[in-house]
Amino acid sequence: MSEFALFNKEFFRALEAGELIGSKCLDCGEVSIPQREICPVCYSHKIEVEAFSGKGKLVAYTVISVPPVKMAEAGYDSKNPYCVGIVELAEGPRISAQILDVDLTHPELIEIGMDLQMTTIQREEGGVQKTYLAFKPA
Amino acid sequence: MSKSKWSRGVAVVGVGMSKFGAFPNKTSRDLAVEAFKDLKKSMNKPLDPKKIEAFYLGNFSSDQFEKQAHFAPILASWLGLSPISAVRVEDACASGGVAIRQAALAIASGEYDVVLVGGLEKMTDLQIAEITEALGTAADTQFEIPAGFTFPGFYAAMATAYMHEYGADRNAFFDVAIKNHKNGALNDKAQFEQTIEQIMEAKKARAVKKGRPEPTWKTDLEFLQDPKGNPNIAWPMTLFDCSPVSDGAAMILLVSEDIAKAFSDSPIYLIGSGQASDGALPERETLSGIPAAEKAGKQAYEMAGLTSYDIDLAEVHDCFTIAEIMASEDLGFFPRGEGWKAAMDGKTARDGEHPINTSGGLKAKGHPVGASGVAQVVEVWKQLHGIAGERQLPDNPTIGLTHNVGGSGQTCVVNIYERRD
Repeated sequence: MSEFALFNKEFFRALEAGELIGSKCLDCGEVSIPQREICPVCYSHKIEVEAFSGKGKLVAYTVISVPPVKMAEAGYDSKNPYCVGIVELAEGPRISAQILDVDLTHPELIEIGMDLQMTTIQREEGGVQKTYLAFKPA
Repeated sequence: MSKSKWSRGVAVVGVGMSKFGAFPNKTSRDLAVEAFKDLKKSMNKPLDPKKIEAFYLGNFSSDQFEKQAHFAPILASWLGLSPISAVRVEDACASGGVAIRQAALAIASGEYDVVLVGGLEKMTDLQIAEITEALGTAADTQFEIPAGFTFPGFYAAMATAYMHEYGADRNAFFDVAIKNHKNGALNDKAQFEQTIEQIMEAKKARAVKKGRPEPTWKTDLEFLQDPKGNPNIAWPMTLFDCSPVSDGAAMILLVSEDIAKAFSDSPIYLIGSGQASDGALPERETLSGIPAAEKAGKQAYEMAGLTSYDIDLAEVHDCFTIAEIMASEDLGFFPRGEGWKAAMDGKTARDGEHPINTSGGLKAKGHPVGASGVAQVVEVWKQLHGIAGERQLPDNPTIGLTHNVGGSGQTCVVNIYERRD
C-alpha cells in the first residue's frame, strides 16, 4: 500500500517525493495513470493506489517553439524549444510528460519506441518552484 | 437502409455566415447580426422571425475571449428573438456542430418546429499567449497542459505517431495546406482569400521593398519547407500547418421536415447524425487517428443508410493539416495509412474522387472555434445548390458531410445532408 491517496492532487505530491503513482482496480486488475476512483473498465469502486516503475517507451512527441504562458514563464521560446511526448509505461497505460536530454535541433531524429526512465523537472511559475513529470532516455 | 430513431426528419432552410478574419472594430454581436442577415438572404421565401421557437448557440469561450458568459439569451435579444428559449452549447471547437445536433434533436422530439442555430467566436482581441492559454482549457488542464502540451502540440504528437506507423511523408501535410488555400482563394468569406503561392510572392515583394535580399523560393512547396518562410510551431506542425486565430459567426435555420417547403423551395435534409466522446490523448486506443470521429461517422452513416462512397463532398475539421488526413481515414474515404498518399495524389482536391474542404477549410477559411461547425453547413448548402461559384464541384453533388472535432478528439460530431429534387 502506498502512502498516497486517490485524490488528483496526490499525483503531484507523489512526484515531489520522486514517485510515479497510478491506481489499480482490485476487481478486474485494470491499471490507470493518473490514479482514478472509478475503474474505467469494470466500473468498480474498489481501487488502490499503485506505485509505477517509471520505465517506459516513447510513443508520440513534439518539439514546441511557441509555448503556453506557463512554459514561457519557465524560459521556453522559439530559441529555447522543448520536447513533450506521450510515454507508454511498462505497466501498460500512457501518460503525457516533458522529454529531456533529446536533440531538439533535429526533432526528426528523436526515436519513437526509445526506452525512457522517469525523472522530474522543476519549473518556476510566478516565483514558485513546481515539480512536474519528465522522462529521459534510459 | 436508414436506421433513424428520430421521431421526424429535420431540414435546413437557410444558411449564413459573416466574413471570417480579424475584425478589431467589430464585436461578436456585429458578426452575429452579419451572419443572421446573410441567412435571411439565402432563403427564397421571406423569414418571419416570430416563427423561430428556440436558439442554440455554439460558442467555446466568450467568457475567456470577451469576458462575456451567458451569451445565448443576450444574442437572442440582439436578434430580436426574446423571449424564446436560448441555450449556449459548449464542446470546445465542436461547439457549433454539437449545437446543430442538439437543435435537430429538439425538433425530432417534437418540442420545436423552427430552431435557429448560431456559432460564434471572437478570438483576436487577446494576445497570442492568452489565446494559447484560453484554447488550452479545452484539454485536460490537470495532466496534459502541465506536461507542456499546446493544441498544435497535441496534433503534432499525433502526426509523429502517424508518420511512424505509416511511413508518411511530411510533404503530405504541406499538400493539404496548399490545396485548402487554393479553395479558400475562391471563397469571399474566407480569412485567407489567398493561395500559398500568392502569400509567398507577397513575402518576397515585402523583402525587396525593405531592401533585404529576395528569398529564393521557386514553388509553394519550397516556401513551406523553409523554416525562414514557414517557422516551426510544434514540430512537425509549422505555421502553415495550423488554422489561424479568427473572428466570425455562422447561422443556419433548422425546421421539421414536413414544414420545410413553407420556408424554402429547396431545403436540404439532415439525414444522418452521430456524436462520440473520448478521454485525454494518452487514454486513446490509437494516436494515429481520432476514435471519436470514427464512431460518430459510423453512427451518422448508419442513420443515413449510406457509406463513405455515397458522400459527394466533406467539410472536415482541419484545425491542423494532419487532422484532415486523419479525418479522411476516420470517415472511411481512404483505408488506414493511405490518407497521406491520397492527399499527395490530389484525391481530396475539387477534381478528386473525395473532395474535402472546398470552402478552404478551417485552414484557409479561418477557425473562429464555435462558428466552424456551423460554417461547414454553409459550404455544404452552397455546393448542394450549385451556387459555390468558381469553387463549385461538377456533377451535381447531392450528399454532403460535416465533421467537427472538439479539443484533440475528446468530442466529434458528424452530420450528413442531402438535397432532394
